[in-house]
Amino acid sequence: MSATTTTATAGAAVTGLRADGRIPLRAHVRHTSALVRRNLLWIRQDPESMFDAVLFPIVFTLLFVYVFGGSIGQSLGGGQDAYVQYIVPGLMAMMGMNMAQGVGTGFNQDFNTGVMDRFRSLPIGRGSVLFAKISVEMMRMLIATAILMVVGVLVGFDITDWPGLFAAVGLSAVFGSALMWVFLTLGVVMKNAQSVQAMGFLVLMPLQFGSSIFAPPQSMPGWLRSFTEYNPLSSLADAARGLMVGGPVAQDLWMTLAWSVGITAVMAPVAIHKFRTKT
Amino acid sequence: MTRNDKESGSAVSVRGLVKHYGETKALDGVDLEVREGTVMGVLGPNGAGKTTLVRILSTLLTPTAGHATVAGYDVVRRPRQLRRVIGLTGQYASVDEKLPGWENLYLIGRLLDLPRKEARARADELLERFSLTEAARRPAATYSGGMRRRLDLAASMIGRPAVLFLDEPTTGLDPRTRNEVWDEVKRLVGDGVTVLLTTQYMEEAEQLASELTVVDRGKVIASGGIEQLKARVGGRTLRIRPADPLRLRPLAEALDALGITGLATTTVDTERGAVLVPVLSDEQLTAVIGAVTAHGITLSSLTTELPSLDEVFLSLTGHRASAPQDAVPAETPEEVVAV
Repeated sequence: MSATTTTATAGAAVTGLRADGRIPLRAHVRHTSALVRRNLLWIRQDPESMFDAVLFPIVFTLLFVYVFGGSIGQSLGGGQDAYVQYIVPGLMAMMGMNMAQGVGTGFNQDFNTGVMDRFRSLPIGRGSVLFAKISVEMMRMLIATAILMVVGVLVGFDITDWPGLFAAVGLSAVFGSALMWVFLTLGVVMKNAQSVQAMGFLVLMPLQFGSSIFAPPQSMPGWLRSFTEYNPLSSLADAARGLMVGGPVAQDLWMTLAWSVGITAVMAPVAIHKFRTKT
Repeated sequence: MTRNDKESGSAVSVRGLVKHYGETKALDGVDLEVREGTVMGVLGPNGAGKTTLVRILSTLLTPTAGHATVAGYDVVRRPRQLRRVIGLTGQYASVDEKLPGWENLYLIGRLLDLPRKEARARADELLERFSLTEAARRPAATYSGGMRRRLDLAASMIGRPAVLFLDEPTTGLDPRTRNEVWDEVKRLVGDGVTVLLTTQYMEEAEQLASELTVVDRGKVIASGGIEQLKARVGGRTLRIRPADPLRLRPLAEALDALGITGLATTTVDTERGAVLVPVLSDEQLTAVIGAVTAHGITLSSLTTELPSLDEVFLSLTGHRASAPQDAVPAETPEEVVAV
């Protein structure tokens, strides 16, 4: 017990630690910003790591609009133009998921290279590492979103509702943040970043295609249609669509938020437990 | 560096430390005491529990049972205060390879709450000290193995730790680089840092540690001053090869006649044309060389050999090191004195 009062001379600086060993908020902010700087330096050091953020919205928009746009557009009662209005909000919904995956793989890399051990042996809040990573991935997500909107407008997307657009971005981020706990768990448990990505792909791919992100479920067989109805990605995509191009929003919005809360409630404790007990 | 330790003079104090992973007992009741300003070597094969011990002492793992304090702080109850006074260099260099060396050090300075200016100055200072100034702006991924370990050591020193944990600091390094790292560690010790070092090599323990704890299967099987333990395991062996194989026997007899050899007697290895002389001290070694010179025997080679981990275990426990030594070939480290 007496040890707490004698720390003043130990170590280089004691400014960041209160007497009871807790870390004050200002120190948390300082640690997080130092770690954000680290993650930004990664991008500067390795600009190719931004390729996915830049290329994903371009490739997916062009691919879906020009390959499937004509035929799916017909079922929407229009043509390619109708499909542009359909797919751009859908892709917007996916942005948050990419962010979640980025946080998970980033954590996994830090564990594998031993960097996480160093961070965990430093007197910083363990949340700082997470917040820093989320901040940078959010930035990446915003850049990707901006590119998506530019490409979207170029292929004919009408931005009719700016507040709705921002709300959709926010909703995608909220859902992505919930999903992030799943990827964090994978990031802590899996052996390497490739497995995290592969696992994420295996889980997300069927969920994404078995939803209303890319195509309206009306023409799908009955069993798949009922699956898409309960698929949270459908709610998210439909809510984003409602917000960006108009239409009913409320039910899908609430569903998405409920799913986000539910996923977080289940997966956040699991991720935190796995993180704490990681050997 | 004054610290009010209840365990007077103990920088690290470990009592009955236990760590179980299900059925596996990584640590099975370890006791250990490291006095302030000394270097404790923890010697053992892979899987002996060395890394588990270091991870518990650096708060990366919580023990199943037992107590441990570092610089007076309990590892379980005072982890945050404890983290402020330790440095950790892991078995795998834990620097951020994507960041330049300078940025690595600056980041850690900031995470240790140094003001910007001081963090910058400290990064410069440590890069200089560890001879990395020229590589300061290059990503650590481009560094050689030795440079990376040096950067890792520098990173551990940012917060001027009272206790430094080195988990197998030279595993996987070539002999020249290993010597570099040893020199750096010796300099740190010269500054008064308390060091707990794990290793698989008797030679490394001998080079750096003043006291030694030998662990096997999660248990301490021997501990004490390094000279003490060396005496128990037979110290070094001199391998002397005369240029003329016919002088082999006369040489052995001459040395036996001197009566200066260690615990065991001189043996003759006729196959390789060498005389093996166990020696316990530098004085004995010098006396042997003197005797060789006095007899006017020309030598083709003279090497000292330290007992390998296996031999240490054999003499301490009567059995070979138990765990699989997959990562490291059990070769005897040799130190060439003259050729």
